[in-house]
Amino acid sequence: MDINQYLDMFIEESKEHLQACNEQLLALESNPDDLAIVNEIFRAAHTLKGMSATMGYEDIADLTHKMENVLDAIRNSKIGVTTEILDVVFEAVDDLELMVLDIEAGGDGKKDVSKLVDTLNRIEAGQPLDLVEKPAATTEESAKEVITSGGLHYDEFELTVISQSSEQGFNALEVTVQLRDDCLLKVARVFMAFEILEKSGEVIKTVPTVEKLENEEFDQNFTIVLLTHEDAEELKAKVMKVSEIEDVHITYITDEYVQRYQRTEHEDSVDQQANPQAQNILPPKAEKGKVTPKEAGKAKKSSPSTSNKTIRVNIDRLDILMNLFEELVIDRGRLQSIASELHNPELNESVERMTRVSGDLQNIILNMRMVPVETVFNRFPKMVRQLARDLDKKINLEIIGAETELDRTVIDEIGDPLVHLIRNALDHGIESPEDRIAKGKPEEGTVTLRAYHSGNHVFIELEDDGAGVNRERVVGKAIEKGIVTEEAAATLSNKQVAELILASGFSTAASITDVSGRGVGLDVVKNTIESLGGHISIDSTEGKGSLFQVQLPLTLSIISVMLVELDQEIYAIPLSSIIETAIIQKSDILNAHNQPVVDFRGTIVPLVDLKEIFEMDNSTSENDDFQSIVIVRKGESLAGLVVDSFIGQQEIVLKSLGNYLQSVFAISGATILGNGQVALIVDCNALIK
Amino acid sequence: MTKAIETTDMKVIVFQLMNKEYAIGLDVVESIEKSLSITRVPRMPSYVKGVLNLRGVVTPVVDLRERFDMEQKQFDESSCIIIVSYADSEVGLIVDDANDVMDVPTSAIGPQPEVVGSVESEFISGVAKVGKRLLVMLNLEKVLQPIKKVNADEY
Repeated sequence: MDINQYLDMFIEESKEHLQACNEQLLALESNPDDLAIVNEIFRAAHTLKGMSATMGYEDIADLTHKMENVLDAIRNSKIGVTTEILDVVFEAVDDLELMVLDIEAGGDGKKDVSKLVDTLNRIEAGQPLDLVEKPAATTEESAKEVITSGGLHYDEFELTVISQSSEQGFNALEVTVQLRDDCLLKVARVFMAFEILEKSGEVIKTVPTVEKLENEEFDQNFTIVLLTHEDAEELKAKVMKVSEIEDVHITYITDEYVQRYQRTEHEDSVDQQANPQAQNILPPKAEKGKVTPKEAGKAKKSSPSTSNKTIRVNIDRLDILMNLFEELVIDRGRLQSIASELHNPELNESVERMTRVSGDLQNIILNMRMVPVETVFNRFPKMVRQLARDLDKKINLEIIGAETELDRTVIDEIGDPLVHLIRNALDHGIESPEDRIAKGKPEEGTVTLRAYHSGNHVFIELEDDGAGVNRERVVGKAIEKGIVTEEAAATLSNKQVAELILASGFSTAASITDVSGRGVGLDVVKNTIESLGGHISIDSTEGKGSLFQVQLPLTLSIISVMLVELDQEIYAIPLSSIIETAIIQKSDILNAHNQPVVDFRGTIVPLVDLKEIFEMDNSTSENDDFQSIVIVRKGESLAGLVVDSFIGQQEIVLKSLGNYLQSVFAISGATILGNGQVALIVDCNALIK
Repeated sequence: MTKAIETTDMKVIVFQLMNKEYAIGLDVVESIEKSLSITRVPRMPSYVKGVLNLRGVVTPVVDLRERFDMEQKQFDESSCIIIVSYADSEVGLIVDDANDVMDVPTSAIGPQPEVVGSVESEFISGVAKVGKRLLVMLNLEKVLQPIKKVNADEY
């Protein structure tokens, strides 16, 4: 059987399950007695085991199997949850992740896991012998328990049918069929089991639904509710004749059960009506009647993903779509410029219409490429936990706004800088528990990671309640490293001092630690973010904590620019950096130490002559009394760019200058204008110090 | 874009610079363009003439005469731009004239003589003698070394 066609899906789903494991393990750590969480992890691990065994990745299956055993022991309260055990399980999940990544990269997913397996065995060995001898059996039994102990949800109609049929002498049976883990043709086995059961009675319900069974959307087991005259044992024997079936478990649905069910049903009805679909996939919490509000909330949150109709689309296709659309934007610009020359009202009208429609199209395409930052954030809780333990600090990570969406290209790039920032906050920001108590702070430090939209930007903030930036130490270090002069340092604001730590070659940590402190981290962060067209700033209060704010553009490929003319050449200035444009009188230009400045709404703004920067012939400047300037900003600082004239605003497609011209001063890229000409995009960040 | 079919022959494009004949392998040549409008890129070495729009791709253009420190010449009717694709980047080379595709037996390519006019020898990978013609084979790796400039605002 050719399994390659399922490989992509396997990798995707494995990652999802592993992520679920990670999240639930973290939840378990803070709430060790909650067996519902253990069940969640167990389910994820169990599915993973089945999938990997089917795909032939034995090492993954082995490791998950051992992990499952430990989880099972926890679930059956045979061992308690301790940090040590969780560490091992975390490690196992890590290894599984590595193996899945290896498979994704084209490897065979093999890894030496014997040590871990050993450790897992030892954890488990604290248990009665039978568990060690027949771990698989225990696993399956308990898996069945989960399903038969009331995981099924009956609606009123079904309950009526069941009670009526029992009056007529039919038995209502819940038949749970457990397929073998290595079963390849699951659908076929389901079909065969179905046929047998249908011959002997009437099937009134299946879990999962028939559609899901047909699409193979289930683990190793499924349940059929059957009305029959036949005896349970007979049925079991019949079904067991189908090959690749591990076990068949049959329970009678008694009248008492139905009545009891109806009572609990009533209590939960509000929840379930909202989400009848989701019931099928949720673990059996309703029956126990112990649904805590937190869990209920979670259940609701997870359900839209099953009810929303979505399709998986290969990222490459989206990229192609985006590229094609970029071509369209260029042609749109061209059409616009032709139409404006021809002055034909009908042409103008249709071009306008096309512009509107393609604008909408642009929004949709950009939205399609949006990914929640969650995909980056979700690896942080585990990282923070590990780091906190390594550093011997107590740290609580809060994540807010993980659903905020960003373009995929930005998402791909933002992960590493954020890792650097978090490591930095943990290592240098948060103090050790003793220090914190001495300062009268809570022993546990809090790091908040926050993402939100604002205008055309996404902000990601990292706030800690740690020590903050020590002005004297930072300034002293900066002077020592030659980053600022002593005189300049005295005039710096606190914010400017804080931002010194982003300068390259700066590291204030007394010793180099594993975590951070090589002095490369933060300036790499700054460069990466700026190369994404973003911006980073730091606010810090000594003793109270720091706030790192990263501002990122929503998308990278299509941006709005202002086109300006410089000596018959056209340059584009990104609208995101422009504050406003102005025409000033030449007599208003003042000189401050050979630097032309202008008083702009009460602030002194230095002027930058773009012609000079771009080495153009400046002698021909006409004897005009007026000068066009574009006020741009980088963070808090402003500058006025002197240009010849403004042309107008346009949406353009950002193109790189290619590998040959790797770094051009003050140029961030190029674009193709409507007339086919190339225009260069001015990098305002490089022009402002 | 056919590659050399026989290992003993190499297909090359022959072009002129200052009345001398140069050659580059046909396999790296994407196309040959007549005049296209070039946008100047500031703060670049003078031999980088700028960038042009080559069917939607922004492509840098290098003037080979200036690259080899030869006398400058205005772009005229016979001048053309050879677009080469080398090491993931496409670059246009301005040459005086490109007029010939030839098969050069690899055996005819020898090391460069001690003196080869004014062209800096590091740009040359060899010299091929075909009949009475002498072709100077270009070393694209050296000619197209990426241009890195340190940002002036490094602090």
